Amino acid sequence: MTPDGPAIETEGLTKRFRSGQVAVNAIDLAVPRGSVYGFLGPNGSGKTTTIRLLLGLIRPTAGRHTILGARLPEGAGTALPRVGSLVEGPAFHPYLSGRANLHRLDAADRTVDPRTATARIDAALDRVGLLAAAGKRYRAYSLGMRQRLAIAQTLLRPRELLILDEPTNGLDPQGTREVRGLLGALAAAGTTVLLSTHLLSEVEQICTHVGVMHLGRLVAQDSLAALRARTAPRIEVQTRQPAAAAGVLTALGLADVVAGTQTATALAGDVEPEKVVAALVAEAVPVRGFAVVAADLEETFVSLTGEGFDVSG
Amino acid sequence: MSVADSLPATGLPIGVPAALAPRRFGTRFFRSELWLIFGRRRNWAGGLVLASVPIILAIAVKVSEPQPGDGPDFISQITGNGLFVALAALVLELPLFLPLAVGAIAGDAVAGEANLGTLRYLLAVPVHRTRLLLVKFGAITVFAFTAVALVAVVGSVIGLVLFGGGPLTTLSGSQLPFAEGLWRLLLVCLYMTACLAALGAIGMFVSTLTEQPIGATIAIVMLAIVSQILDSIPQLSAIHEYLPTHYWLAFGDLLRDPIATGQIGNGLGLAWTYTVVFLAAAWARFASRDVSS
Repeated sequence: MTPDGPAIETEGLTKRFRSGQVAVNAIDLAVPRGSVYGFLGPNGSGKTTTIRLLLGLIRPTAGRHTILGARLPEGAGTALPRVGSLVEGPAFHPYLSGRANLHRLDAADRTVDPRTATARIDAALDRVGLLAAAGKRYRAYSLGMRQRLAIAQTLLRPRELLILDEPTNGLDPQGTREVRGLLGALAAAGTTVLLSTHLLSEVEQICTHVGVMHLGRLVAQDSLAALRARTAPRIEVQTRQPAAAAGVLTALGLADVVAGTQTATALAGDVEPEKVVAALVAEAVPVRGFAVVAADLEETFVSLTGEGFDVSG
Repeated sequence: MSVADSLPATGLPIGVPAALAPRRFGTRFFRSELWLIFGRRRNWAGGLVLASVPIILAIAVKVSEPQPGDGPDFISQITGNGLFVALAALVLELPLFLPLAVGAIAGDAVAGEANLGTLRYLLAVPVHRTRLLLVKFGAITVFAFTAVALVAVVGSVIGLVLFGGGPLTTLSGSQLPFAEGLWRLLLVCLYMTACLAALGAIGMFVSTLTEQPIGATIAIVMLAIVSQILDSIPQLSAIHEYLPTHYWLAFGDLLRDPIATGQIGNGLGLAWTYTVVFLAAAWARFASRDVSS
């Protein structure tokens, strides 16, 4: 086991269903330890199927993966106790109370100390704000309470990795904020988080890394900072002498200068556009057009997937 | 949710994994499984139905004593010894009620968890699939014994109250002391448990094929009934000894003096064979199945 290796690593992981549909198509995920990895994609893009593959609930058609350094499915017994997971929404016994449901899951875990079960369960319930409703039957829970219980279930013991499929689904704005605060605190304490979501705003708020799924493929994977750099505002000069213009931009200290056939562009950086125009004129570069072009993160993702995201959350 | 501002106060050491050596042997998950079965209101209702049969039977016999040779075995002997209420009630419940009870639990075993979605969370804990099946089957067996014993105990108690105890007249005509009679009744319960556990193993296999527990239960009960129908068609005598229910009523041999072991041995052998074959089939089906519920 390599403690510094990625928390999750997949190689060509593929799932083709018996219907012939390829739900997950040769993806190479790399989730660094300590990261909060936003697993982003529209509904039906293969996020949940990927999570089922990661946890060994379904078998890959091809490819392989490791979790916390252990190859699955053989290493499930050593890796999965250190992983808390929420897969495709909450699921509990309706006629048992929230607390009894957690006792049931804790009883199934052979690696925990039964003597501390009550304390650990109450701490987990308290963390998600369910302690007061812990004795109520699950049947009587609202969707938001069910979601909170599912999150509590991932906190029954210290975890190195959390795999969370749409954890804020069904929560009101207050609950959503609380869950994001909780994830931020867990991440700050060193827990790696894989957060599957279709909400771009969620990724922008709490994630350090992003993987974008589209039609079963992982179309982009990078740190959020690198993706943001791709979307940083650029200066675009239209000119008959792009090489000369590029020289001016470089002389001004701008980064990522690119000379095209009719244009020269560079990252805007901290240099004021007015100064750039003045410098171009001073160097007698014939300028036809000048613009500062900014693409936001959403446009970048739309260009990757050809589809919009729900950004209302 | 008292989250962001009160975090350090949770007492959970975050990020530091505890010792991960799994316990070699533990009964905690098994006990949780039993608690799930015996804590469920539906199963208590089923238990009430099972327990009502000996009560109704005893009262009916008390009100109008049957003539000798009237009705099935054991009923005519009830007035002689109250323990026969238990035996007669078991005979009455064996064709349908007991298979239905075991079928409800066995059908639930995997399909019920799949239907609720709790199966994926158990497997992610992780619970090894083989361990899950063994725990489920163990719980089915305990339930089968409890159901049979419930009928026997309720029948014995009401029988002794209404008709008294004393020596037990065996099917061979001899008399056994009362304590020996109780011992024979326990043997009958254990034999029936073995027979019903075999049905439970078949049921657990059916339960791995579907995500609809009710459908699995119906299939198991149908199977028990079809087996009994086929067993009653003389022209099919060639297959009778392979039918899962064929030796069920052989428990009467435990009430002979001495015990006639031939049919009992065959019955236990057949039950054991069905149990092993269908547990293996359930494992083969479930161990590699995609859990997409």
